[in-house]
Amino acid sequence: MAARSHDGRGDDGQGHASDAPFPARPPDAAPTSDTAPAAPASGKSGGALALLALLPVALLVALISLFVVYGDELLGPAPVPPDALGKLDIERLWFRPEGVAVQVVNTGPAPLTVAQVIVNDALWEFAIEPGPAIPRLGRATIGIAYPWLEGEPVTVKVLTANGLAFLKTVPIAATTPEPSSSLLLLFALLGVLVGVLPVYLGLLWFPLVRRLDRAVLDFLLALTAGLLIFLGVDAVVEALELAGRVPSPFRGIGLVAIGVAGSILVLLGVSRRTIDAAAGRSEAERALALSFLISTGIGLHNFGEGLAIGAAYAVGELALGAFLVVGFTLHNITEGFGILTPIARHGTTLKNLLLLGLAAGGPTILGTWLGGFAYSDLWATLFLAIGAGAVFQVVYELARLTTSKGGSRIATPLGAAGVLTGMLLMYLTGLFVA
Amino acid sequence: MAHVTELAPGVVPGLPRQAPAPGWAARAPAEILTAFDYGRVSQLPGGQTLREYTFIAQETEIEVAKGVMFPAWTYNGSVPGPTIRCTEGDRVRIYFQNGTRHPHTIHLHGVHPASMDGVFEQVPPGHSYTYEFDADPWGLFPYHCHTMPIRKHIEKGLYGTMIVDPPTPREPAHELVMVMNGFDTDVDGENEVYTVNGVANYFNEHPIELKVGALVRVYLSNMTEFDPINSFHLHGNMFKLYRSGTSTTNPELTDTVMLCQGERAVLEFRYKYPGKFMFHAHQSEFAELGWMGFFDVKA
Ligand SMILES: [Cu+2]
Repeated sequence: MAARSHDGRGDDGQGHASDAPFPARPPDAAPTSDTAPAAPASGKSGGALALLALLPVALLVALISLFVVYGDELLGPAPVPPDALGKLDIERLWFRPEGVAVQVVNTGPAPLTVAQVIVNDALWEFAIEPGPAIPRLGRATIGIAYPWLEGEPVTVKVLTANGLAFLKTVPIAATTPEPSSSLLLLFALLGVLVGVLPVYLGLLWFPLVRRLDRAVLDFLLALTAGLLIFLGVDAVVEALELAGRVPSPFRGIGLVAIGVAGSILVLLGVSRRTIDAAAGRSEAERALALSFLISTGIGLHNFGEGLAIGAAYAVGELALGAFLVVGFTLHNITEGFGILTPIARHGTTLKNLLLLGLAAGGPTILGTWLGGFAYSDLWATLFLAIGAGAVFQVVYELARLTTSKGGSRIATPLGAAGVLTGMLLMYLTGLFVA
Repeated sequence: MAHVTELAPGVVPGLPRQAPAPGWAARAPAEILTAFDYGRVSQLPGGQTLREYTFIAQETEIEVAKGVMFPAWTYNGSVPGPTIRCTEGDRVRIYFQNGTRHPHTIHLHGVHPASMDGVFEQVPPGHSYTYEFDADPWGLFPYHCHTMPIRKHIEKGLYGTMIVDPPTPREPAHELVMVMNGFDTDVDGENEVYTVNGVANYFNEHPIELKVGALVRVYLSNMTEFDPINSFHLHGNMFKLYRSGTSTTNPELTDTVMLCQGERAVLEFRYKYPGKFMFHAHQSEFAELGWMGFFDVKA
């Protein structure tokens, strides 16, 4: 597999050169060619290639320059001054004992200047860093000594010099957690409770799973695939939902596509190296490699889950229910189980089991930290998409594993029942999260 | 009778043909507070006093809160426009020129012929119209543009105050003109800021100096658009309230007055104690969005 794909890439490289619309000769081909009237010096040929590469760029630069100089004449006066279309996104609000901090990003077509800040229908004095003038895609942080009230809504309205108003309402104001050792620990504990412990609890089924016969194991493998498909779809939906909140110039939907495709492709590369490298060796090593892949994929997914929990805590929503934690915990015990199924028939060391659990559960902790202290819709969207891609890639590996000998074992009544059972299991345990 | 006439050839729309009263453009709220425009005064053959004014409708960018610019339509460059001051029975003549890209008028409150009412004789861009009437009766009046959509033409800033003094003058006093208004800077049908005389929080940062015991007279009018009412509340004091300024007797004694859109009142008071005293809208929201100021009463 690996060798073929390398060859393929090589062919592609050659193909592009010979398909070129210009009769330029690839420099590497010169020595063997006897039809060429004279083998051009490689330096000269390199220069010609460079010229060919740069010509369109140079023309593009010329075109853009022309447009910059004469574009106004071509288009005439703008029907609306560009700053009238200005857009400022209020990305984040921090609530501190001394007041409110507001992070804004200029997502409009022109620079904007912040002139006044209105909090809950009152003009307030404010400080702004790095300054009131915000270039396109620039950010600034506004500090207001507003005596906000715990648990009450806060609406911040930013007025620009040209009179535009941009506002954001936080329905329930709560002190924004500051990174402190105790809070880091609390978030880590949450991560352990929600992500790490359930995965390890699931791994405790290992001795049981080892004693199951092949048909049951195949069912469980299919069930794992079902769990993962559900997780993947769930993550894509969440990522798309968040993508809508990402400031428009950053194109949230595009980020989702990049995240999903990127993680699938990267993990495919990794799996080729691990699984196919182990191909020559025992089937047990291949199975272990697959288990690690599954736990990595689940780990990426749990990272997104951690983000959600951390962010919820940061905006004071986690206080609404320990229910959420219980739900996630229940939900995640199934993940530990999923990691086990490939290695069930071969057995493994305790150390490997510990590592598998860590890879799957550990990222939850990182997620809670990031979500709690540095949440942004943009990063959350990207991470959720990466998690989704990872999970889908693992499903693909599982399908490959079960088709290694004597055809697919998922495309059987038992396998189909397994997939559906897995999805239903996720659906039911997921009810506790909603 | 006056006709809507096209400005003479060579007159560039937007540029005044006749200079407005000196210094009216871009007046600060503190200047509007005490600047009374008595016009160019002369005697008519019958002995009647003639006061001539030139009003030019302009498109003016004004600062309505620190750093916030508003593309206003103004009479002579400021919001509110000049305070016309005359005495009952005077002949008032206003040469109105429209230097903007939209039709406008001047609709004055008070008693006058229909053709002087600024409703039917719309003045297109680059045209002029002359309003002429006898000041009648005495009192405090607003004036404003009456072109449709009226809400837009008022909201943009085309309004001001006209004081018609009684034939027997009021007692001399420290006189102040206050026009309560608001500005919808993001054009969403709601005011972003509220002001007196055009700049939010201006008299917060520039307190008005008064003297203990001296009579103070405030000519207060409400030209706030979007919000049906506005109000004035005085701290540490009570004032005599003369609604519409059409009487000098039987005042109401109070410390808060509520005025509807276009309504006005004359307020008289003296401070008993020195110190800083606040005045503001008693709608807390308006107050905190800029309609708030101080009297700095000196001993
Ligand atoms: Cu008008």
